[in-house]
Amino acid sequence: MHTTLAWIDYLIMVIYFAFVLGIGFALKRFMKTSTDFFLSGRSIPAWVAGLAFISANLGAQEVIGMAASGAKYGISTAHFYWLGAIPAMVFVGLFMMPFYYGSRARSVPEYLRLRFDEKTRGLNAISFAVMTVMSSGISMYAMAKLIETLHIFDPLMQALGLPMSYVFHLSIIVSALITLGYVYLGGLTSAIYNEVLQFFLIVAGFFPLVALGLWNVGGWEGLVAKCPPGFGHAWKGMTNPDNNPLGVEWFALAMGLGFVLSFGYWCTDFLVVQRAMAADSMSSARRTPLIAAVPKMIFPFLVILPGLIAVALPTPTAADLPAGAPESVVKAESMGKGIIPAKVDSAGVVQVDTNGKPVLDYDLAIPNMLLHYFPTGMLGLGLTALLASFMSGMAGNITAFNTVWTFDIYQAYIKPQASDKHYLWMGHFATLFGTVISIAAAYVATKFNNIMELLQLVFAFVNAPLFATFALGMFWKRATADGAFYGLVSGIGAAALHHGLTLPGGSEPGIKGGWIHVLHPYRNEMAQNFWTAIWAFSVCLVVTIAVSLVTKPRPDKELQGLVYSLTKHDVDEHLPWYKSPGFFGIVVVLLSISLNLIFR
Amino acid sequence: MSLDIRVPIGLLFLCLGGLLTGFGIVTHFTNPGIYTMSLNVNINLWWGLVMIAFGAAMFYYGRRGVALAGTKPEAKDALAAGDLD
Repeated sequence: MHTTLAWIDYLIMVIYFAFVLGIGFALKRFMKTSTDFFLSGRSIPAWVAGLAFISANLGAQEVIGMAASGAKYGISTAHFYWLGAIPAMVFVGLFMMPFYYGSRARSVPEYLRLRFDEKTRGLNAISFAVMTVMSSGISMYAMAKLIETLHIFDPLMQALGLPMSYVFHLSIIVSALITLGYVYLGGLTSAIYNEVLQFFLIVAGFFPLVALGLWNVGGWEGLVAKCPPGFGHAWKGMTNPDNNPLGVEWFALAMGLGFVLSFGYWCTDFLVVQRAMAADSMSSARRTPLIAAVPKMIFPFLVILPGLIAVALPTPTAADLPAGAPESVVKAESMGKGIIPAKVDSAGVVQVDTNGKPVLDYDLAIPNMLLHYFPTGMLGLGLTALLASFMSGMAGNITAFNTVWTFDIYQAYIKPQASDKHYLWMGHFATLFGTVISIAAAYVATKFNNIMELLQLVFAFVNAPLFATFALGMFWKRATADGAFYGLVSGIGAAALHHGLTLPGGSEPGIKGGWIHVLHPYRNEMAQNFWTAIWAFSVCLVVTIAVSLVTKPRPDKELQGLVYSLTKHDVDEHLPWYKSPGFFGIVVVLLSISLNLIFR
Repeated sequence: MSLDIRVPIGLLFLCLGGLLTGFGIVTHFTNPGIYTMSLNVNINLWWGLVMIAFGAAMFYYGRRGVALAGTKPEAKDALAAGDLD
């Protein structure tokens, strides 16, 4: 790529970072107790918690990844939203929040301890802590890579007299310092406030991009006509894996993605649940995911459409590129699809897959769209929006990590009876070393070329069985502690076994699967992932039920407020019907169904 | 917390919107060629104006919100829901 950013682009970035850190400083004086630092003193209004709820998840994987999937699979990528996220968000708001918020647990692992026992909590706390620092490190890595590719810091390096090879290190350090700065100063409140700020910035940066792009290709009709066949439909051809771009049939899609993976993520991942737990009242906590669902429904138009537009645009030929562009760039661009170039290794050779086709660098869909449509000025805003999304992802992980570390690992196993002041200090310290481990994870990521897929896989391993544990724990009072623990362990085992016995098409056995023996090939990674989740969930469900039935149940009075059948349900009776979470939930589900029908 | 998030959001959008609008006006006369890539739309000017309008609305409601701090949670809930747009 060949960009030149002007002073105004840098000025926009600097102003944004000044605001981000300013919010941290402004909130510093409110951080007096551990509740203030880790739970925002449970004082966040519903709409703020709601926007933070989706924004904390709007990191690198989301913005870059969804555009990449849009370019690869078309509008069926929207299933992650309309079939997956929305129903799960309605479910967590209506049915699960009363237990999370009502039990006064400070974290998801802590709820597991209240409902089951210490060993289930420990397993969840440790796997979750590892997952958060890993994904924060990967956000950092992706951000540094992007800054390097787009040459954002090059003038700075020149001014400082440092070699260009240091851009990557400088990006990692600067992004880590800024995130550390605002989380350290203002805790969860600062992360939440910044997530809301970032949300609006992301919309401001991407909305004009999509508008210009759509206008350019001739609206929705023009876009579909210029895209590969099947890209304009979400459901067409879903009866058979061979007839649609996703390579799955409707059952794997609805069960694997719509039910297990999405419910697993949105209902049990502390990173998002923490935002609702910080709400100022039970009714705000229940409305948090419901409010979040409204912008979430519209997000495919902001993050998936740029990917489709990038594929629909004419591929630049060598003649379109400026004179003097390196040969590798010319070769990569003209071998790409739309404005998505082929991947080039460090020696300038275009990479090809096992079928001899060039491997496309789908992750460049969004950055290339920004460079294609935005002049100086707006380009600065677009890049700032992109950086803001990386920051959201990182800070969300760091705040979830410091809470789980302090309450579920440090307080539970290392120092149980310390003062609140001590835990507040530990929270600050955990923020610091969480950031340091994230930096280490970012450097580990540079050693692997498919670390993103590895992380997705870990999500399928950890979150999918956990949802079975939660569903049984919250709605079946007979589920016991031993049932939950052994169910969880065998669910994770089943995921590993399934992964070891299957392989997506076009890949070598190893990190992508098949490391035991290839019993069954899948069309692609997506199909394999969905089925891994289905197996993990089902095995966990069956084992939990079986073990629970042969172990001794807990008496009813110990489970009050933790289980559906033993909890009062009239929490929202003081609200008129049109303001009740139930009504809001139905409206959201109906809207989501209509989107599925419109883009079927 | 007595910091209403709408105040800093409003200020940020006023700053960035003002900057883009100003830049859009200047480039309209000095360097209109840069807008061929945005399909001959002076995107800096127009989007800058939209951002100023949004920033001003956020700032106004944020300041009003600070004045109402201290009201009962239920009342705050109702206000927040009303201000969602």
